[in-house]
Amino acid sequence: MVDMTNVSKNTMNTADIIYKYMRPEHLPHIWCPGCGNGIILRAIAQAMENAKIDRNKTVLVSGIGCSSRAAGYIDCNSLHTTHGRAIAFATGIKMAHPELEVIVITGDGDSSAIGGNHLIHAARRNIGLTVVVMNNNIYGMTGGQYSPTTPHLEYGTTAPYGNIDQPFDIAELAMGAGATFAARGAVYHSALLAKTIEKGIRHKGFSIIDVASLCPTYYGRKNKKGSAVDMMRYQKDNTVMVEKAKTMTEEELNGKIVIGVLRDKEAPEYSEEYAKLVEKVKGGNK
Amino acid sequence: MKRDLIINTEWCKGCGICAAFCPKGALKVVEEKVQKVEGAGCVLCGMCEQRCPDYAIYIKESEE
Repeated sequence: MVDMTNVSKNTMNTADIIYKYMRPEHLPHIWCPGCGNGIILRAIAQAMENAKIDRNKTVLVSGIGCSSRAAGYIDCNSLHTTHGRAIAFATGIKMAHPELEVIVITGDGDSSAIGGNHLIHAARRNIGLTVVVMNNNIYGMTGGQYSPTTPHLEYGTTAPYGNIDQPFDIAELAMGAGATFAARGAVYHSALLAKTIEKGIRHKGFSIIDVASLCPTYYGRKNKKGSAVDMMRYQKDNTVMVEKAKTMTEEELNGKIVIGVLRDKEAPEYSEEYAKLVEKVKGGNK
Repeated sequence: MKRDLIINTEWCKGCGICAAFCPKGALKVVEEKVQKVEGAGCVLCGMCEQRCPDYAIYIKESEE
């Protein structure tokens, strides 16, 4: 069971979130019925409210794919970039204007396939970005091709006999590359998700939140996972809090989604280190 | 403080997530749109609002 005692506080209602953080003229959004991305977007808006960040000093960057539409719905500085390059553009923004809060909304394919290199190098440098991955295990917008997070032997339009690849675990990948904050969330636990994203925003340095989304239209249909409700129920039955997971065996954890903050540590932030270097070099020339 | 459950039928896409996870069974989907079940005893817990992917259902608070 997820502890809800400290996550239900500070919740704004949806109408307030829409009028404060979103662009209501662009709603309802284009995502399919039952798509988890809407829930993640709401959690991001809630996290922005709870973290008390100034929208005029916030930039939302997205790449290409279903997830990329998110940048258009939140009313702050938005940048919709080319496929896989959201983190690359965000790195540029943070280096030019370190005072800005930069949030990247990306998908599983966008961040780990096309933009895989940008992800690992941003994590390695510990640059102050918050990356929210809308992980639906498939390329939804282009018609259901298998992505690097499609589970082994599951189906996609480009894997009609089953996917023989082993999937990426994006949070583990980022931690392996040196991310100082890594977390996983699930759309079923939406209140906890908002809290986790808030922690990511408050973290100084690179933070990544890998969120298990739902794609009933492509991933669900191709793999006979049933309706959006069935997929939500699957998440309900198969998510385990990270604290609980520590007491479980590998066998018990097989097929489970471990949610919560997986790593939270401090390290020098890249744009600050760069500013220090600039000062040092200028001082040397006097 | 007055609290009401508001449904924005125009934005509802009928996925049924709110109805499936309503602890009181106070919602149902009819012809791809969510409706309240009268007399089911909605306690305004707001779980539907937290999980609606389309922002079509929420608790409205008003001074009255």
